[in-house]
Amino acid sequence: MLEISFNHNFAEFRVELEFKAEAGSITSLFGRSGTGKTSVINMIAGLTKPEIGYVKVGSDVLFDSTKGINVPPEQRQLGYIFQDSRLFPHLNVRNNLLYGAKSSAINGQEITFDRVVDVLDIGALLERKPTNLSGGEKQRVAIGRALLSQPRLLMMDEPLASIDVQLRSEILPFIEELRDTFGLTVIYVSHAIEEVIRLADKMVLLTNGSKAAEGDVEEIMSRLDLHPLTGRFDAGAVLSTKVASYDPEYDLAELAFEGGNLRVTGVDLPMGTPLRAHIRARDVSLMLERPVGTSVLNVFEGRIIEVGDEGGPQLDLKIDIGSALLARVTRKSFNDLDLSVGKTVFAMVKAVAFDRRSLGGQIVTKRPDSI
Amino acid sequence: MFSPTPLELEALYLSLKVAFWSVLITLPVGLLFAWILARKKFYGHALLNSIVHLPLVLPPVVIGFFLLSLLKRHGPVGEFLHDAFGLTVAFTWQGAAIASAVMAFPLMVRAIRLSIENVDTGLEAAARTLGASPFRVFYSITLPLISPGILAGVILAFARSLGEFGATITFVSNIPGETRTLPLAIFSLLQTPSGDAGALRLVVLSIVLALAALLVSEYLAVRAKHRIEG
Repeated sequence: MLEISFNHNFAEFRVELEFKAEAGSITSLFGRSGTGKTSVINMIAGLTKPEIGYVKVGSDVLFDSTKGINVPPEQRQLGYIFQDSRLFPHLNVRNNLLYGAKSSAINGQEITFDRVVDVLDIGALLERKPTNLSGGEKQRVAIGRALLSQPRLLMMDEPLASIDVQLRSEILPFIEELRDTFGLTVIYVSHAIEEVIRLADKMVLLTNGSKAAEGDVEEIMSRLDLHPLTGRFDAGAVLSTKVASYDPEYDLAELAFEGGNLRVTGVDLPMGTPLRAHIRARDVSLMLERPVGTSVLNVFEGRIIEVGDEGGPQLDLKIDIGSALLARVTRKSFNDLDLSVGKTVFAMVKAVAFDRRSLGGQIVTKRPDSI
Repeated sequence: MFSPTPLELEALYLSLKVAFWSVLITLPVGLLFAWILARKKFYGHALLNSIVHLPLVLPPVVIGFFLLSLLKRHGPVGEFLHDAFGLTVAFTWQGAAIASAVMAFPLMVRAIRLSIENVDTGLEAAARTLGASPFRVFYSITLPLISPGILAGVILAFARSLGEFGATITFVSNIPGETRTLPLAIFSLLQTPSGDAGALRLVVLSIVLALAALLVSEYLAVRAKHRIEG
């Protein structure tokens, strides 16, 4: 769907990057602030001209430095959601939405005004000016405005960064909805790993303008060597699961994954609903023997297959329980238990360690009633 | 009660006409130069900026002298204007409008340039990604957003034109009914032995005119701000 290759010198850093994004999926460009994420999508959008490289959408070449092709941004048909919304202050919400509106169908189905207003729940805001909107409302209008220009793909540059933490959960379901409802291809730029885990199908990990890794979120997150880039605090395995059973008495669901069942609370969803569970390494503790009389509901037996030792007081271990699970232990425990690669351990994960932030994926879990 | 004499009315009408045309000339050219100075980086930017500001710092008599040299009936530009358009500007009210326009030009450019520099170019980039050509971006985004600056420039240029004296009297002289605007009329009255009373009446008229212009501009500025910010 989207295929890019860039080579460009900026004042502070150099972008050297190649990646592809699949149609109808969410690909996340992930990296710390200042790693060139915004520069990359500015180049895709045609707002910055790369020195060397190409941009292809499907079979359509939008930029090619060797052939001298450089389609101007207004002819690229790429939707761009900016971090700061960039609503036009002199136009009300309705006219902002209609600014780039086209009526041609792109993905076989036309994105109509009424549908966008309905999905984004902005019907009540239409006559207001942008100054009278909250951060979350602004961003929803900006999403609607980009959608109505019938884009071939949607690029979002940290769309939640300028929004209060409490309001972020107001936007996330809408972004999931975009892919599911409109079948859109989304490039999602972020430096917040929990957003990526919740939304993205694939991720491209950026550091200093170049690609450190690319692949499925589950695969990238389980790599111990990437923890300095994905963030140490939230480091942990991401498991692809399906809802397997639900016990209403305890509001307890079992999520089946390759290697066992994970029990979590607060997930009342139809059987078979795919969910992605993020198990932080710091929420996993290890025992040498199967624990008895424990309050912990999730115990998995597995073998240590990798030890991530950066020399600090803590170590990250990768354990094969059928899927890869990560556990963080102190050096003292590591030495006392005499842990090493190949050793069999029992990993314990508290069911209460999960909240809405650590569960996400293909299907929206709990949608607001308004949708 | 203040009832103006035909001569006073003539000077007032002429002043307004000259100021109106002066603004009309300055606005498009000023907008263009303001945009170039605000947005374009090129070799000679500082020089162009200085040239634009020259009328602000040069003695108006010098500007008048330049205009006279260029635009007189047989001057290099005056000859062309006469032959091509049958237009004579030396010693006519059109000439007075040109003199006023030149003097007001830097004020117009400054006001508009400031407002262009305040426009978030990110909004224009956003408009481009939504499919708008650079031309559409300019008239649908940039122009509405700088309208308060344009208004300020128009008012400044209008006021400057109403008060223009030095360049006008040098370039187009002081001809009653043709180039004798309010300031020139006041000057003429002060040159006559018993003209003080008449001059005072015109002074009052000038003050009223200036105040009215300022009030109107204030009103329009508030409205423009409201329209943009909602």
